[in-house]
Amino acid sequence: MSDSIIKMKGVTKEFPGVKALKSVDLNIYKGKIMALLGENGAGKSTLMKILTGVYEKTTGEIILNGKPVQIKNTREAQNMGIAIIHQELNLISNLSIGENIFLGREPVNSFGKIEWSKLYKAAKLIMDRLGITEKPETLVGELSIGKQQMVEIAKALSLNAQVIVMDEPTGALTDKETDSLFRVIRELKAEGRSIVYISHRLKEIFQICDDVTILRDGQFIAEYPINDVNEDKIIELMVGRKLSEQYPRINCQLGENLLEVKNLTNAYVKDISFSIRSGEIVGLAGLMGSGRTELARTIYGVYGKDKGEIIVQGKAVDIKSPGQAIRNGISYVSEDRKGNGVVLGLNIKENISLSVLQKLSGIFGIIDKKKEENAALDSIQGMSIKTSGVKQLVKNLSGGNQQKVSLSKSLMTGPKILILDEPTRGVDVGAKKEIYDIINQFKQAGMSIIMISSEIPEILGMSDRIMVMHEGRISGCIEREQADQERIMRLAVGQREVTI
Amino acid sequence: MKKALKEFLIKNKSFVVLVIFCIIVSIVNERFFTVSNILNILRQTSINSVIAVGMTFVILTGGIDLSVGSILAISGAVVAAMVSQGNNAFIAVIAALAIGAALGAFNGLIISKGKIQPFIATLGVMTLVRGYTLVFTDGKPISAGSSEAASAFSNIGAGYFLGIPLPIYIMIIVFGLAYYILKHTRTGRYVYSLGCNEEATIYSGINTDRIKILVYTISGLLAALAGIIITARLSSAQPQAGTGYELDAIAAVVLGGTSLAGGSGGIFGTVIGALIIGVLNNSLNLMDVSSYYQLLLKGLVILVAVLLDRKQKK
Repeated sequence: MSDSIIKMKGVTKEFPGVKALKSVDLNIYKGKIMALLGENGAGKSTLMKILTGVYEKTTGEIILNGKPVQIKNTREAQNMGIAIIHQELNLISNLSIGENIFLGREPVNSFGKIEWSKLYKAAKLIMDRLGITEKPETLVGELSIGKQQMVEIAKALSLNAQVIVMDEPTGALTDKETDSLFRVIRELKAEGRSIVYISHRLKEIFQICDDVTILRDGQFIAEYPINDVNEDKIIELMVGRKLSEQYPRINCQLGENLLEVKNLTNAYVKDISFSIRSGEIVGLAGLMGSGRTELARTIYGVYGKDKGEIIVQGKAVDIKSPGQAIRNGISYVSEDRKGNGVVLGLNIKENISLSVLQKLSGIFGIIDKKKEENAALDSIQGMSIKTSGVKQLVKNLSGGNQQKVSLSKSLMTGPKILILDEPTRGVDVGAKKEIYDIINQFKQAGMSIIMISSEIPEILGMSDRIMVMHEGRISGCIEREQADQERIMRLAVGQREVTI
Repeated sequence: MKKALKEFLIKNKSFVVLVIFCIIVSIVNERFFTVSNILNILRQTSINSVIAVGMTFVILTGGIDLSVGSILAISGAVVAAMVSQGNNAFIAVIAALAIGAALGAFNGLIISKGKIQPFIATLGVMTLVRGYTLVFTDGKPISAGSSEAASAFSNIGAGYFLGIPLPIYIMIIVFGLAYYILKHTRTGRYVYSLGCNEEATIYSGINTDRIKILVYTISGLLAALAGIIITARLSSAQPQAGTGYELDAIAAVVLGGTSLAGGSGGIFGTVIGALIIGVLNNSLNLMDVSSYYQLLLKGLVILVAVLLDRKQKK
């Protein structure tokens, strides 16, 4: 195992007030795929940002082909043959595939005019290798996420990258797209290129990786050949303790109907009717684009409704904005944490209190800072949010802790009906368990909970009842005892089945 | 204590710049650091300060207000016209403030309900209102006259209390109120939240349209207040008054470290920013620098200050 192309040794990174990495080692072997695993906030991204020149390390060394190197910026990293494909793709959607691949390195003639035919010919060559069948002139915005990912890989290849870092590459891909991504990864490997593969999906790690490095809390925990470990072992190493029951489902006495939706219809959803009782968790399953999030946001007043009724505790309510939804006891925790779940630029306290400042302020809207701080401290304790204090900016928290802030913000409004949209997306294994426990507390407190999730095991593990959506409609409703993965999938793809 | 001071200085670089700047100028010119000159600077700064406070609210939400100079002119013209016709000065002032607030609210409505970019919306209103001011005044100055009401009115701009010009008191009150609102009230919190992430603010159940309308209303109101002060000081309203004032106000806000992207910054910075511009104008005057060079130097100072700030933030 001496043939490592890159060795990161004792890498430490300090941010003001935080030690993000404490003496971390990482070996990247030639022609091998290294999985980099850890909970959110374990330091994977920071480590990769150091490798690709986005951050400068505080101490430690990076050895490339046996020689110590300094990587000061992203361009230097590129020149050394290191490329990264980010979770959020960095493509420009109104430029063509070819233009994106060669962005900033367009072939030009002596007058500075771009030589388009040369550019597109070169692009075509790389695309053929990756099995991208679109024309190089196609706009990137017209491609599926999976294809866009391939374009990112094409870009990395055009740089002749020897080391390619892939951060959660399959997060938004369909199974078919994942398969073709894996095919390409294997080909890259066969060419002798090295890959660092970051993913939360352990199954994939075992399918494709050769070795695995595990980080926890900014520290190096272990490196193993993949064949020497199993899933349980990896999870144990990631969270530092044994995982008992993954889904802590509890049974609750069901109470009155808290929410009833009748014939709800708008541009996104068609003729939706259902009801949910106090102490009940209804899982809302379906494929991407089936209208789950849109249904939630319609109930929450983000989107207007054309037809239908929303009835809270037996009373028809008129909800035209999230503010009205909150006043009627409905709260929504968004799947898009950074986009509309939390305000990254505000601190924890300001986020948690944002929806309820009305209650925390007196005449002239003067905020009672003491009350506000106490409310935030209660949430931090109740949710065990890991933070240096109520004044820490939310953008400096890990994904799991941001999610807890988002949950706290919702909970502050004292909701009777809580809609959770992908509550554990991008959250690591340990924090997932904590979030499930929190959800169960809500359930025990008698709330009605609608939980949207793309992870069927999660739906099966937590729900009392499962609703499945397909193309804006509810395609079926299954009691937990009768539910299994296959039935849910069948309903999700729109197959009819005998009603129960 | 020492640490707190150090942190304060690092966080408020513009304050350090202002102090150093003042020290240099007072060494170069002994007329600078005298009570009468300091009061002079503060009085001159008051106009820009009052406008810049409104601009701070707007910029914190991620917007911009180009119409303040025009609103200043129309409210000045209205107040002068009313006083000259023998109306009570107090009523005239209230009317002018109301017009400023209404025009500001109009900006806010176009931006929030009409979903027009603030730059374009306020550019339109700026031109519209300037045009109306010219129509209203027929392009000529309006004198407030020499009635009893007029002399009472002129006190707002030219009067003194305990030896200090009244506009300075107005400026301090406006700063104080604005600081308090931004720091300690719901409205202030919503302004920052809206500037950081509009969508998340909406999802938190907050009526962001209302906040937008409010900040432009505040900006319009304060522009009108500035117009009243200028008109009172000169005892007459100029149809071209306030031309280009929006840029001085934006410069003060940005010099004070408030981000044009919204969400970060505050009133304290704007105080310093306005003072830097005021001291700069005053010192160049004291040193008999021609007004052409003054503009040139002002532009340079703004660019350098903003670049320095940017570098440190990175």
